[in-house]
Amino acid sequence: MCTVCGCGDAKLDGHQHSHDHGHSHDHDHDHGHGHIHYGQGIAGVHVPGLSQARIVQIEQDILGHNNDFAGRNRAWLEAHGVFALNLVSSPGSGKTTLLCRTAQALKDKFPLAVIEGDQQTSFDADRIRATGIPALQVNTGKGCHLDAHMVESAIAKLAIAEDSVLFIENVGNLVCPAAFDLGEAYKVAILSVTEGEDKPLKYPDMFHAASMMILNKTDLLPHTDFDVERCIAFARRVNPDIVVLQLSARTGEGFDEWLAWIAEGRRRMAAHRKAQSGR
Amino acid sequence: MSLTEGVVRILEEQAASHGFTKVKTVWLEIGELSTVVPESMEFCFGAVARGNPLTAETRLEIIRIPGTAWCMDCSKTVAVTSRIDLCPDCGGAKLAVTGGEEMRIKELEVE
Repeated sequence: MCTVCGCGDAKLDGHQHSHDHGHSHDHDHDHGHGHIHYGQGIAGVHVPGLSQARIVQIEQDILGHNNDFAGRNRAWLEAHGVFALNLVSSPGSGKTTLLCRTAQALKDKFPLAVIEGDQQTSFDADRIRATGIPALQVNTGKGCHLDAHMVESAIAKLAIAEDSVLFIENVGNLVCPAAFDLGEAYKVAILSVTEGEDKPLKYPDMFHAASMMILNKTDLLPHTDFDVERCIAFARRVNPDIVVLQLSARTGEGFDEWLAWIAEGRRRMAAHRKAQSGR
Repeated sequence: MSLTEGVVRILEEQAASHGFTKVKTVWLEIGELSTVVPESMEFCFGAVARGNPLTAETRLEIIRIPGTAWCMDCSKTVAVTSRIDLCPDCGGAKLAVTGGEEMRIKELEVE
């Protein structure tokens, strides 16, 4: 979340949408953390009898609202066997080119769908649709990241097939999308070799949150001073478990491993769905 | 900004369910390793809260939770101030963060 920019006037593929609903999300039951105690905690400041002021202890996660939506998205995706990836990177790392090439390579093997997040324009969704894959553009307006509620609305609008792969291309930003779970199976951080190899240390939250780092544009390595080993060491320092792939979305070099990883993720998700529905 | 909007939304939900009309103070627990900068949070809260009768006079109190991590080589908990810190004792990088990622509303003073 960009704590200085103003987020919050998102729209979905050209249609303005607000975060208000015709129904409320209030419950008459408490969720454990919603319980209430009076007069506890840092109540030293509270002078009895002076006013009607009271202390309410709520212990609620600030991102709880987003996490509730993300949990619902995850449950829906699992129930439908959809393997969802949240692609995060800085602007210009080649996310859309990577997606277009991936779509071309996989579209005859299993169903795919794409949610594109950008502040403005539907250029990216148009590029994806040109490959024959259903794509929905979410414009975040002034917002700097997709949130789980936007993704829920997008999932509802996209006809996502059972046992498919859903790519969610987040807004190009290595900061805010790290904190917002969308319900995806994995976050995949893309870093191109024309950027600095120290980005994993400069933006550690993102590389900590991601399960995989893709080093893109490897065809340009001979023309840059990018030190691949150093970059991987930096990434492992913030996230010892991060999986690293090196590829070029332009030439297709290194692509087989990426495609195989997606296919395996999808196979497991579909198998999980079948096992659940067979019960 | 969207985090502070989240705070105000939670306050509104609590006001509706617990029957209060003004929040005098809200205590937030913000971990040192969370993505929140307290100064930005305060700035944004001022902007978001001002127009809302519930929160117009709310004072924001931020409780910092120090970062801690488990060093796999030393087999003990050590203090860290960022995700890229090395173990202060052995200098190793095999650290798993165990605390300091909180972003929570702890409690409210209301009337």
